[in-house]
Amino acid sequence: MPGKLKVKICAGRHLPVMDRASDLTDAFVEVKFSNTTFKTEVYPKSLNPQWNSEWFKFEVDDEDLQDEPLQITVLDHDTYSANDAIGKVYIDIDPLLCSEAATVICGWFPIYDTIHGIRGEINVSVKVDLFNDLNRFRQSSCGVKFFCSTSIPKCYKAVVVHGFVEELVVNEDPEYQWIDRIRTPRASNEARQRLISLMSGELQRKIGLKVLEMGGNAVVGYLQCFDLEGESGLVVRAIGTACTLDKISNTSAAQLPACNSPSKEIKESPPVHPTSHGCRSTHNSPIHTASGSRLTQSFSVSVPTLIYTGMGSGGSAGKDGGHLKTLLRQQTQSALEQREFPFFTLTSFPLGFLIHAGGVVSARSVKLLDRIHNPDEPETRDAWWEEIRQEIKSHAKALGCHAVVGYSESTSICEEVCILSASGTAAVLNPKFLQDGCLDCYSENRLSRQPTFFSTGSEKGEFDFFLQSKDSSSMLGLEDTSPPSCGFCHIPYDELNMPFPAHLTYCCNCRRQKVPDVLFTTIDLPIEAAVTGKGCLIQARLCRLKKKAQGEANATAISNLLPFMEYELHTQLMNKLKLRGMNALFGLRIQISVGENMLVGLASATGVYLTALPAPGGIQIAGKTPSDIAYEQHISNIQKKINDTISRNKELYEIHPLEISEEVIGSPIPEPRQRSRLLRSHSESSDEVSELDLSHGKKDAFVLEIDDADAVEDILSLLTDAPLPTGFYSCNTENMPGIHNWTSSIQMFTTVRVFRLNNVNVTNQGLNKCFNDLCENLLKSLYFKLRSMIPCCICHLNFTVAVPEDELIQVAATAVAMTFDKDQSQEILKSNTAPMKAISENEEQLQFPMELSSDSPSVQTFPPSKGTGLLENASPQTIQGTSRATSVDYSSFADRCNSWIELIKLKAQTIRRGSIKTTPSLDKASPLAEGHLRLRSTPSCTDSTVTVVKMTPLSFIPGAKIIKYLGIINMFFIRETTSLREEGGVSGFLHTFIAEVFAMVRAHVAALGGNAVISYIMKECVFMENSNKNQAQCLINVSGDAVILIRESEQEGVPIQTHGSTNQTPQSGGAPVS
Amino acid sequence: MSVELDVFVGNTTIMDEEVYQLWLDGYTVNDAVSIRMKSGILEQFGTTEDVLESDTMDHYRTFQMTERLLHHPSKLVNQVLFQIPPHRQAMLIERYYAFDEAFVREVLGKKLSKGTKKDLDDVSAKTGITLKSCRRQFDNFKRVFKVVEEMKGPLVENVQCNFLLSDKLARDYAAIVFFANSRFETGKKKLQYLTFEDFAFCACQLIQNWTVGAVDNMVEDMDVDLDKEFLQDLKDLKILITDKDMLDQHKSLVCTGLRGKIQVFNEMEGNFKNLSRGLINIAAKLTNTKDVRDFFIDLVEKVIEPCKADRWLISDVRAFLTQYTNSARALDGFKHQAVWERYMCVIKSCILKMYHD
Repeated sequence: MPGKLKVKICAGRHLPVMDRASDLTDAFVEVKFSNTTFKTEVYPKSLNPQWNSEWFKFEVDDEDLQDEPLQITVLDHDTYSANDAIGKVYIDIDPLLCSEAATVICGWFPIYDTIHGIRGEINVSVKVDLFNDLNRFRQSSCGVKFFCSTSIPKCYKAVVVHGFVEELVVNEDPEYQWIDRIRTPRASNEARQRLISLMSGELQRKIGLKVLEMGGNAVVGYLQCFDLEGESGLVVRAIGTACTLDKISNTSAAQLPACNSPSKEIKESPPVHPTSHGCRSTHNSPIHTASGSRLTQSFSVSVPTLIYTGMGSGGSAGKDGGHLKTLLRQQTQSALEQREFPFFTLTSFPLGFLIHAGGVVSARSVKLLDRIHNPDEPETRDAWWEEIRQEIKSHAKALGCHAVVGYSESTSICEEVCILSASGTAAVLNPKFLQDGCLDCYSENRLSRQPTFFSTGSEKGEFDFFLQSKDSSSMLGLEDTSPPSCGFCHIPYDELNMPFPAHLTYCCNCRRQKVPDVLFTTIDLPIEAAVTGKGCLIQARLCRLKKKAQGEANATAISNLLPFMEYELHTQLMNKLKLRGMNALFGLRIQISVGENMLVGLASATGVYLTALPAPGGIQIAGKTPSDIAYEQHISNIQKKINDTISRNKELYEIHPLEISEEVIGSPIPEPRQRSRLLRSHSESSDEVSELDLSHGKKDAFVLEIDDADAVEDILSLLTDAPLPTGFYSCNTENMPGIHNWTSSIQMFTTVRVFRLNNVNVTNQGLNKCFNDLCENLLKSLYFKLRSMIPCCICHLNFTVAVPEDELIQVAATAVAMTFDKDQSQEILKSNTAPMKAISENEEQLQFPMELSSDSPSVQTFPPSKGTGLLENASPQTIQGTSRATSVDYSSFADRCNSWIELIKLKAQTIRRGSIKTTPSLDKASPLAEGHLRLRSTPSCTDSTVTVVKMTPLSFIPGAKIIKYLGIINMFFIRETTSLREEGGVSGFLHTFIAEVFAMVRAHVAALGGNAVISYIMKECVFMENSNKNQAQCLINVSGDAVILIRESEQEGVPIQTHGSTNQTPQSGGAPVS
Repeated sequence: MSVELDVFVGNTTIMDEEVYQLWLDGYTVNDAVSIRMKSGILEQFGTTEDVLESDTMDHYRTFQMTERLLHHPSKLVNQVLFQIPPHRQAMLIERYYAFDEAFVREVLGKKLSKGTKKDLDDVSAKTGITLKSCRRQFDNFKRVFKVVEEMKGPLVENVQCNFLLSDKLARDYAAIVFFANSRFETGKKKLQYLTFEDFAFCACQLIQNWTVGAVDNMVEDMDVDLDKEFLQDLKDLKILITDKDMLDQHKSLVCTGLRGKIQVFNEMEGNFKNLSRGLINIAAKLTNTKDVRDFFIDLVEKVIEPCKADRWLISDVRAFLTQYTNSARALDGFKHQAVWERYMCVIKSCILKMYHD
């Protein structure tokens, strides 16, 4: 009996009219958890009932607490007939089970009905009293933290990264049970929602148990998916990376005497610099290596393995890469071998974690679904995934890697055929982070920190663990072989025994190690990577017709098509990459969806020019029949177009790499003479450009042979990718290579399109063109919609394709548009062409962009709250006074006056004139309380009671700092209608539903005390319609991390940012942002 | 290939003000697309008609979903479905409740009933405003009317609190409600030259001076209905024209005061009795609801037209009315000073406002 759940129903509002006669409602509420139900009194004749119930108490196992959702049903009391349900609220209480997350859930939740949508709101408070259970055989895993984000959460540091955790649970799908024939659609939908909620809870608990077994305390990169297998059942599966995370008490927390989290925190680590990127941005200074060398002795002693001493000697060997590589492999092997699958769902890593990235590994398998006979032992599904993972593992081995990072799994189901896919990036990792045993790490941590306190004169006291270990590894030899900005590009595999044909050259950065000519990965661009120019979104699109078939024959047909699709997608990607003058892909996702009569493939990635990799050759067209003059003319025309496109793209993405002479590439170690030449070339860069443009014609160009009409088409289609409109960039990764100076204005959106392919286009070619147009049009639409945010970048733009029916293709995307400061980006580029850093995080520089942004009225930002401009007549004097007040006051003031450029300018001036550093008052509450305070206090000064919640698919929000993770949001909704036309047709129906999903996510986050959702994704959007019957149904599954954000400026006690963001220039066609 | 479904939903609802205006103006999606195309937006952003159409559709859907909330602006502020920054909410409300001059002139003073609504297609044909837009504007008038009609407290404030409108718009609505309640005639041909602004100004004067609220500000309907007692008292003013001596005395006082000060002195002198009779008769008849309705027409016929016929300048009118009002004070045996002042200050400002071409 280790838990007591307490629920209080306070009030309702905006309820629908349930009694036509009186135009009112007699509402009451049922609160159900597990098998216990409580009811409130009936509040008669009101659309805004005040129940003010007692605290309903449920005494439950913590196992149930994890699995079961709290179910709240609002009903209309009817004396004579059955009570009518108004709607329901499901509350996942998991965030309350972890001491570091939320402590209370309290707020207005939309009352949701699967037929009518949102029908008013209900105010609920939920608390949990947990009793400690030390039972070793317990089935629960309360306290394990879950994070959707695929990088180490910002206010934590990873002490150990344990590795892959996976689990799946199966059940019968209620929609396909016999009872579904006699029950209402509502009952069936609710049964499904409840079941999936239950299964997610169970899954999370089981994964938590595995994490505890591994000695971890958190799951990062948690990805949970549903497979709606129809007749054969419902599979909920999840993968993630188990970690041991340690909370970082950040600078502001260090100033606060009382620590925010309640007792359970194991131990507070000594004050360190906020991880976010702060430590990274300071990294490139040479002082590190210096202090690192002083560390050598103490560190090698502290590590009780041979490996490190081995590494040390390797370091002295210097350039002897081969030897070192073997050693590295051995040690990594030992660290990873205990693991069945050395996979990591993370896509960005602590500095020094990733040593080499080998390339993308992927595996697909086509399966025929059969009914799951025993839900308790889902062996077949497990076996399927096991098989795929083994394959991935062996692929990685072939690349000389022992780990796979950026790992993900997906399925595509059509009738009884299912394609299982897995992909990741083969990698060699630094074994230090993979070490088991917390104690070791703690001692290691302490030891590594010690010397820094001795090092006099250096202000490195605030470095975090990773930096330290990075330093230590650097002097241990790793650093010598793999400089941070290029190390990960170096090939991990044996040069003489390459797994695939690749053109190797010496690294353009360090000139010691070999690098491939192109690099494809599924991870984000490492923060330390040196990049030339900006990145861009690259998509490869492909459709393949397939004969309709059944069972085995169908599966065989699909399996036969798959390799060809993979090959073609790969070729397209390669061509498009070259066309943009780039040499590496990050965040590669290849999705192949199966339909009745076709397969659709979509590959998205972010292309960049890695400075370490050689410049890409151009694309050369070669004809097969050179005799014909007209034909040759045609070919040379195409060639010219291609060359033009390449040079235009180079301009667009600012790719102007330093020209490197042939000899340099040829020689393993650059001679001093060449080095000086290199330096010189920097100043002569303007001359180099023209040379460059010529180069892609001759230097190992990529030859495309035109042998038939198809090839011509293909090549032409290459050129049809519409150029980006000026001011826009896009990428599908977390970070946009080459852009750092984000303003705080963001706009997250979800877009869905369904296309019907009319029977005309029955050829592969026609189909391809259709699909290509579809994607291009969707992109064009996005650019048009978001035009008011220019200059901006659409980040995390990942398309999800599905083939819901014959002839239908559905494309969905959830992404975020973020504006940036253009002028400054160029400045930064100039001053910092070397390793790009997330400079905006640097304290000193932070103030500079903000001043700039407050200066220019064109900067569009979002007012932080819903004030209705009550203070509009405030005099300048007031403002000057207020701006010097504490940050909390200021923000609440700033919240209230918005859209006032004059005021803002004035304030900006005030701040520039002086009093920039206002120290936050020492008696300020803990960050949590502060967050709550802010949220709770806002309504009092304005009319609205709705908290503004920002959402983003990224793991950060520019200009803001995450001070607390409140838990995972994982919600599943079904919406159905039998009056499709009346609801505005399919588009109207889905538009409303998506808006409702956003609203419910925001409400849940606000109730947890948060003000933002990060790493938000829409994992599933299954849409079915039957226009003839006027019906439609849609299932949506979303997830993300609820967090409390504060503006970075506030945290420093300088409310500079606040006025920038209260400024919203009303422009025509303005797209306000959140 | 055809698009079956196409939606774009932002966490912060994206709303284009231009498209909003087109929607408010009652254009169909297709019309709106062609209007937008004419603005050169395609060339400006290098995009295509499909894109524009898809964008317009998205906006129209959003607006249709918001419309329900706009009917009760306080709901818009507390709703959860759309995340809209406050200043945008204000813009949405303000524009939704804005109305066309041409339309309001057609409907002003009419009963806001189903019958009037049925005639909106005529209004639409006459004004060139789409029927859809006419309906929205009419429904807005009616909705505001229903809500504030029975409310205590000042009319403008009530409108503002319940509909979160700007000062200016709230005052306009107060005028509309006031006119609809008393059903002032504004549509006659003779009144066509008057703008809504003229009427709104007059309404404001009437509300401030002649309603119950002008004397007691805590009664129901205080700003909507005219003060019955006051109207009754107005009958007493008749003495100014019925009593021959008093009329003559009044005339001589006015003439003395104005001699040499106005250009149309002779015309004034000749017409004084007619003008005075006109003004006093209007006052005396205001107890009849029917005559209240004709208030403006009477002002035009009895005062404004005769003066215009004699080419009075507005300064002449002002001087005359000032003198006319003040002279009554000096009349022996005239004991209704308070009523007189209350009546004349409104009449004077209304006439001056209405005295133009």
